[in-house]
Amino acid sequence: MINGVLHPKNVVAQLVQHGVTHYVTLPDSETANMYKALVDEPSITIVPVAREGEAIPVAAGLFIAGQNPIISIQNAGLYEAGDSLRGLALGIGLPLVMFIGYRGHNRKGDTPDSAAKFLEPYLHMWRVEHFVVESDDDLDRVPLAFDLAKKTNQPVAVAIGTEYAKVDSEAEGSEQE
Amino acid sequence: MITYADACRIINESRGEAVSVSTMTQIKYWNAISQEPDLDISIGNAMSKASSVALGVALGDEDRTVFCLDSEGSLLMNFGTLATIAGMAPKNFYHFVFNNGIYAVTGGQPVPAPGVEYSKVAEACGYASAYRFDDIESLDSELPDILGSPGPVLIEIIVKAEPQGEGADQTWESNAAMPLQLRALRKRLTGTDDWGPGGPFI
Repeated sequence: MINGVLHPKNVVAQLVQHGVTHYVTLPDSETANMYKALVDEPSITIVPVAREGEAIPVAAGLFIAGQNPIISIQNAGLYEAGDSLRGLALGIGLPLVMFIGYRGHNRKGDTPDSAAKFLEPYLHMWRVEHFVVESDDDLDRVPLAFDLAKKTNQPVAVAIGTEYAKVDSEAEGSEQE
Repeated sequence: MITYADACRIINESRGEAVSVSTMTQIKYWNAISQEPDLDISIGNAMSKASSVALGVALGDEDRTVFCLDSEGSLLMNFGTLATIAGMAPKNFYHFVFNNGIYAVTGGQPVPAPGVEYSKVAEACGYASAYRFDDIESLDSELPDILGSPGPVLIEIIVKAEPQGEGADQTWESNAAMPLQLRALRKRLTGTDDWGPGGPFI
């Protein structure tokens, strides 16, 4: 059973634990609170991009320079970034964890939002493995994504299937160990 | 009018140990004269994204000068990169834009609005400085000082168009070569050879 809440500070703790250095992102409404939480994390540099297609190439450059980036974009932006995913992640064997805002996702499966309907078929088409995270209870999937990306030298998606909780309410949330 | 060959030669004279991220027509001229192949990457298999890859390298290794040898057709396809670069403001980033007004690789079709002045756009976005050259003498004399100033800097070079006709290379050998180049550069920059195989080409 899930508690239905995903606290940004718990995700940030996962990123710190995995030595993430840069968070390349185009913010979306689902992940806005994650952005706020990261602003207060000194070990991770936020790299804002103007369009989602830039995120994977910027991350590739960072990795080439010895850094450990992830990206965070919305599902609709991932579609725009298709050629970058092809040429500069899958094509070069980039071990990249991609946090994807799962806009329109619900647990009933009857979402009217095509951005949600297409996400998992789209990832399957590209043969990108993915994990869905809907609450703090799912955060044990994040290490699996990092491990799989490193093991296969391929991008792996973490689909964020809920809005992050507000940072101000985190004191009431349970800490993920 | 400046030729690709002359522009690459002059840039190379001031290169030092800068990383070079190049794309499109200038790739063959740069690769022909470069004496640091382990510091070169050619983004032929992801049109428009050379500047984004170069930005990542510049942010990831702030002590290393990074050259991006971009083209105006590619830049137009990823125009937001100018704002992204200006926003991060890497002092080690030098963005060369080879402007010939056409899509050379596909046969010479004009780009939309061939009169765009990319140096002005870069300035408006917030680059530290931007320049535009259409004669080789000025480029040759001014480039060393420009490269001594902090980035991000955009250097637009008006070049003589070289549209490719029939027989253009469509073998896409760069698809297979790029992963090897990227691994060689990571090895050079980090001193470690830890990026294993993955993907369709390696």
